[in-house]
Amino acid sequence: MKLKAQFIVFLAVLLVLAVFAAACGQSNTGTGTPPEEQKPAPTELKLATTTSTHDSGLLDVFLPAFEAKFNYKVSVISMGTGAALEAGKRGDADVVLVHAKATELQMVQEGFFVDRHDVMYNDFVIVGPADDPVGIKGGKDAAAAFALIAEKQAIFVSRGDDSGTHSKEKSIWKKAEIEPKGNWYQSVGQGMGDVLRMTSEQKGYTLTDRGTFIALRDSLNLEAIVEGDQALFNQYGIMAPNPDQHPNIDFEGATALIEYFISDEGQEVIAGFQLNGEQLFYPNAQ
Amino acid sequence: MHIIWMSLFVSGISVFLASALGIPLGTWLGLLPAHRVRWAAQIIYTLMGLPPVLAGLLIYLLLSSSGPFGVLKLLYTPWAMVVAQTVLAFPIVTGLTMIAVRSKDKEIRDTAVSLGASAWQSALTIVREARLAIVGAVVTGLGRLMAEVGAVMMVGGNIEGKTRVMTSAIVLETRRGNFEMAIGLGIVLLVLAFIINSCLYRLQGVPRN
Amino acid sequence: MNEAILELDSLVKRFGSRDVLQVERLVFQKGRIHGIIGPSGSGKSTLLRILNLIEKPSAGRVFFHGQDISLNNGRLAVQRRMAMVFQKPVMFNTTVFENVAYGLKVRGLRGPALRDRVRAELKTLGLEQLENQAARTLSGGEAQRVALARVLVTDPEVLFLDEPTSNLDPHNAALIEAMVRSVSRERGFSVVLVTHNIFQARRLTDWLSFLYEGKLIEEGPTPEILANPRDERTAAFVRGDTVY
Repeated sequence: MKLKAQFIVFLAVLLVLAVFAAACGQSNTGTGTPPEEQKPAPTELKLATTTSTHDSGLLDVFLPAFEAKFNYKVSVISMGTGAALEAGKRGDADVVLVHAKATELQMVQEGFFVDRHDVMYNDFVIVGPADDPVGIKGGKDAAAAFALIAEKQAIFVSRGDDSGTHSKEKSIWKKAEIEPKGNWYQSVGQGMGDVLRMTSEQKGYTLTDRGTFIALRDSLNLEAIVEGDQALFNQYGIMAPNPDQHPNIDFEGATALIEYFISDEGQEVIAGFQLNGEQLFYPNAQ
Repeated sequence: MHIIWMSLFVSGISVFLASALGIPLGTWLGLLPAHRVRWAAQIIYTLMGLPPVLAGLLIYLLLSSSGPFGVLKLLYTPWAMVVAQTVLAFPIVTGLTMIAVRSKDKEIRDTAVSLGASAWQSALTIVREARLAIVGAVVTGLGRLMAEVGAVMMVGGNIEGKTRVMTSAIVLETRRGNFEMAIGLGIVLLVLAFIINSCLYRLQGVPRN
Repeated sequence: MNEAILELDSLVKRFGSRDVLQVERLVFQKGRIHGIIGPSGSGKSTLLRILNLIEKPSAGRVFFHGQDISLNNGRLAVQRRMAMVFQKPVMFNTTVFENVAYGLKVRGLRGPALRDRVRAELKTLGLEQLENQAARTLSGGEAQRVALARVLVTDPEVLFLDEPTSNLDPHNAALIEAMVRSVSRERGFSVVLVTHNIFQARRLTDWLSFLYEGKLIEEGPTPEILANPRDERTAAFVRGDTVY
């Protein structure tokens, strides 16, 4: 008797919730086309990207340009490259903008993503204290500089978070044929800003993207020590999750954003973006 | 499994230090008339909700090599995490002890005093009668510390094999996209919390009849 | 038997701006069971707490054996010659034995002497089988008997009882009353009993003071007050007209 009553209450609650959900859905489409406005409210587009891209401020310039032309509102979710790729793979984002070209291409091959394009590149810098105790300042060879840091056991702070920067760092250690280990090598699993702060505090060395470094340079006791090596270039790519796997993503919007990133107009916006008077990103879409 | 040990070490020492300071202070405040310690109580209650990252930031600025205690070279060591976590746990232990003592204060004190207890003896009696709630305060503090990530990450640096603890490892694995690993660590953390709470609960000596 | 053990002189107790107690003069004779009656809120309990030095008077003086004890020096020594049983017994969260031992322990007694005295007191009150029970698990009647044992073991000169049976059933109330009567006769200590129960006052007390809205209205030997109250308010209370 009592059970039955509970069941009926349960059903009633479900029903009310369903009605609410339906009403909400309706009102959404209703407000989507207000009669007095010609343009419908913009659709939300979720862009998963790396913290370094987001922190540089590029998107704050780029996305308004896109939104002015197309009827989308882009929400930026910034995280590590690993997490950004995972978010795309799970269909939690509509577009992914990251910098780990080898992994990206592999994931496209595995069918998780489609429409991958090179967008731009920036470069990495090895930074360290001004007095440069290891004596690698002005060098052009990143791998050789790493080898000297390891040899002198100077403190090196590593992102250690499978981010694009971390991948780049690992590739340089590989090139130098060194397995970094020991007290001097600190794998901290934090964002670029935190890593730079820790490096500065401990008068150590680290590998950073130029954008974050320029943005934070004034609050750090660090200088660019090694730059300009081909191995330090960093390719950014954009792609969309496979719409066959995730029918719920906004593939149309994703395509629009990808197209805009690689269009002449989009590429010009990238080239024109400056931070503290320095160009950070070099467009290279084909 | 260095991170498990490090979590226990840092949070354990911190809650011990916070209790060593907070239980006497909380008892003292709890025994004074409520209207006379109103301001102190409000400050403590506010600090009980101190955001860990704010505590972390303050300790960071103090311990930074350009800060006043930079010469101690504590930043990015487990001891920096102990300092930050002690700061976080201290108001919690103090505040909850104060509440526990106050809730027992009047009737226990009247009884003790009418039985001939001195001021000091009746205070001790009140603490003894409030021991369940005081142990609860310590457990609450420990729980908050074990679950805390903002402060330890900022002042400890999350250095692998040195200052990485369970919570900062979870943050890292989540950021890496290794959700399974993050969840696994989370389960270990919960199991650990359960074991510690069970032990402390036994320690409370809950009467079984 | 005309020796005063406690005296109040021009006593005032204020809570905020409200005078809850205003007693010109009140004398407690040694060896008596002195009842204080009056409706709720008449200041009876506050009076008792002031006598037991738990609370300080706002003005006026309290004498114990003719000595002014409201000055607050040597409070502890005086307090250890008195004891109080509250309306609601508060048990320490430990065994019955430890509860009864408390008053002796704070006086520095230890070892076999302590144990013997506690056991003897438990026996007197018929509580010996409860010795090792957790005090928080006692029934209301048992708890009040333990509370009585707890104060009696300290051998007080004055025993204060604040509505000791108002939370008890008639059987347990009668038990407590019987114990108070027999033990006080045997040991010869004085009792101050606060009650609003006129029948209890009739059964137990030798002398009655009637308190109304913080003021002493009248007092006298119990049979006299109950039979011929002079003041109309006392009469109403004794008749049972006063709502409390």
